Amino acid sequence: MSSPMLDVRALNKVYAGRGDPVEAIADLSFQVSDGELVCVVGPSGAGKTTLLRCLAGLLPATSGDVALAGEPVTGPPQGMAVVLQEYGRSLFPWMTVAQNVELPLKEKGVARGERSRLVGEALEAVGLADVGRSYPWQLSGGMQQRVAIARAAAYEPQVLLMDEPFAAVDAQTRFELEDLVRALWKGLGVTVVFVTHDIDEAIYLGERVLVLSARPTVLLEDVRVDLGAERDQLETRGAPEFARLRTHVYELVQQAKLGVRSLADARLTHAG
Amino acid sequence: MSEGVAGVVEPAPPNAPGGYAARGRRPLAHRAVWLGTAGVVALLVVLQVVPSTGLVNPDYLPPTTEILAALADRVQTPEFWVALGDTLLTWVTGLAISVVAGVVLGVVIGMVPFLREATASTIEFLRPVPSVALIPIAVLLWGTGMQATLLLVVYASFWQVLVQVLAGVQDVDPVASDTARSYRFSVLARVRTLVWPTALPYVMTGLRLGAAVALILTVTGEMLIGTPGIGKLLAVARESGAVPSMYALVVVTGLLGVAVNLLARALEHRALFWHPSVRGEVAA
Amino acid sequence: MTAAQATAPATAQAATRQATPRRTAWGVVRSVLYAVGLPLVLLAAWWVATADSESPFNPPLSEILATFGPTWFSGDSFADTRFVQDVLPSLGRLLVGYAIALVLGIGLGVLIGAVRPLRELAEPVLEFFRAIPPPVMVPVLMLFLGVGTSMRVFVIATGALWPILLNTVEGVRGLDPVLKDTARAFRFGRWGRVRRLMLPGASPQIVTGARQALSIAIILMVISEMFAARDGLGFSVVQFQRSFAVPEMWSGVIMLGLLGVLLSFVFRVATAAVLAWYHGYLRSQRGGA
Repeated sequence: MSSPMLDVRALNKVYAGRGDPVEAIADLSFQVSDGELVCVVGPSGAGKTTLLRCLAGLLPATSGDVALAGEPVTGPPQGMAVVLQEYGRSLFPWMTVAQNVELPLKEKGVARGERSRLVGEALEAVGLADVGRSYPWQLSGGMQQRVAIARAAAYEPQVLLMDEPFAAVDAQTRFELEDLVRALWKGLGVTVVFVTHDIDEAIYLGERVLVLSARPTVLLEDVRVDLGAERDQLETRGAPEFARLRTHVYELVQQAKLGVRSLADARLTHAG
Repeated sequence: MSEGVAGVVEPAPPNAPGGYAARGRRPLAHRAVWLGTAGVVALLVVLQVVPSTGLVNPDYLPPTTEILAALADRVQTPEFWVALGDTLLTWVTGLAISVVAGVVLGVVIGMVPFLREATASTIEFLRPVPSVALIPIAVLLWGTGMQATLLLVVYASFWQVLVQVLAGVQDVDPVASDTARSYRFSVLARVRTLVWPTALPYVMTGLRLGAAVALILTVTGEMLIGTPGIGKLLAVARESGAVPSMYALVVVTGLLGVAVNLLARALEHRALFWHPSVRGEVAA
Repeated sequence: MTAAQATAPATAQAATRQATPRRTAWGVVRSVLYAVGLPLVLLAAWWVATADSESPFNPPLSEILATFGPTWFSGDSFADTRFVQDVLPSLGRLLVGYAIALVLGIGLGVLIGAVRPLRELAEPVLEFFRAIPPPVMVPVLMLFLGVGTSMRVFVIATGALWPILLNTVEGVRGLDPVLKDTARAFRFGRWGRVRRLMLPGASPQIVTGARQALSIAIILMVISEMFAARDGLGFSVVQFQRSFAVPEMWSGVIMLGLLGVLLSFVFRVATAAVLAWYHGYLRSQRGGA
């Protein structure tokens, strides 16, 4: 295993509001290697979004460390792009699709010619080459999320963080977008951390699935997914190994909902 | 363009964010109170120190303490309270006329497509005519009487209300409107059950904007035309060189303005609290 | 919900109306008739009602219109006309004062809106200043600046400042947190955040504030000259009234009215492009809801 691209050690996050402090993340440690695609699942309210915001440098950790390629993350680091769940709100409504994709590149200081090449390629890759001049609000939800993905891809990040990006799109669009993420991941050789509440999605997409407990969050299990490099919505989801993993992760998440906080305490009725 | 007032964030449809409820829930709200108080105190101290140290001629800008002393003197005179009453009377009369006329005309014009189309250009033309342009006419017609100032007040605030009401009536859900028609609701029933509830948030916005504009024009009329009220006292104070007194009256008009804003917003909030469109937002 | 949502229904309405396609020739004729019909009827009514008027206060409309040209556009040369001597300087002061208010209001508004402690510190003070009816600042500023040009420009600037400032603060404060996170995650610089996030994001509110400020600026232009000045459009109109030159006075009222209408038209054209995205966005939100 090469040195980790993303290194999370003893991460702890406590929200200190006006009322009682809320411990969102108790203690999380894990690593993601360069070029891996890791999914994070957990029961709702498991602090998944908190974790992702800490990774993205949008939220300071209370204690513990997050490092990207060996560099500690204190603010949003260079070489990281984020795709958020609220696609409609993460796109700048006063800009066209192409301008939205181009904007972070401008801020990064990429030269004009290079910018238009990257924008063109990214829109092509997500299948939106012909809507560059439209405004995001003229597009359907699934297309808007494609724009957000194109924007992240054009940024050429080392690490791509995705926070439940498909939670608000319809089921069919969702399958297409999942395949798009797999294709981009392979094409760009980028490291991806994909947060989702959908167990099937996590297994279908990931090389590994991190299963989180309910809050305050700890890591329940780091599940390897051996479904091969090529995934197919019908074949993969029909495979016995997929079914086995699905059952296992499903049971873990159910146990997590009941408050189980370690794999040893989990009562799994279906042998894996 | 219509005459609006500083900072009144315009016309919000009922689901506008950042309302009072949202503010109240903000954590650290107590910090805002402390900082806000600190800001006011800092302003008062600066206004005290700057003239006292001669940085600014105290003849032009008296120290805070002198202004407050002048204010204390003023509020002990019956003249001040009569003037305040006059100002409030002109303001509330003008506003009432505008609101009644604006709502009635707005509903009638808004509900009849022919009227809406026929009046659109006239409204767009008359609305930006500055009401102060009417000052000479008002003076010729009524001298320094209250009617002269009322004309300005009504002209300025009427458009605020009318335009909002028109927008509100247009906002009525066409499906609901068709349904009401197919059940052969009478016109009055349609107004009561359909148009009025939809337009109410807009009416309240118009009321809030109109109230602030009405106050501006009330004071303006008093200053320029000489209609009795706080504005006239201010003009008199200026002519007699009573500078601290003048500042004291400026402060009074500012406090009046704050009171009008708070009152209008509270009324708006109350009226919309039970409103279905507000409850609908929570569900959505 | 973006900043966008705190808008004028009235503005949105206007946009919808403009967007209505008028395809047929009859449609064009119809809309022209609708546009000019009522104004013509009203003017005709005024004309007829005052045709035989003997009242000194209510001169016939024909007389007012006949006075309009000579009052504003007669002189030894064009440079000598009242239009050049009084109207244009007033307009110039208005524009300079308004421009100052725009720059200061947007600049300070972005700063105060973006820095929360600063906002909390300044908010009550700003609330008070915006509540002061701007005209009462005329006598105050006269103390410092006399009755000259600088006083009038300053009055306009200080009066028009508050709507712009407070709406900008509100617009920047109400920016969608998801957009703010996006800008942060992509490491926008400070200036990038101002230019590419805050200014465009707050533009609907800024335009609303600027529209309110323009009407206040016009009011202040007129009354600063009515109250204390020896030249300017407002002064001329009051002079006519005091000397009972009633038709001239009416022509002045009309001049003021035309100026107001013209400025509001220019404002609308100038801001239409800035807010084109916003009207489309609003429509898509309504349609999608």
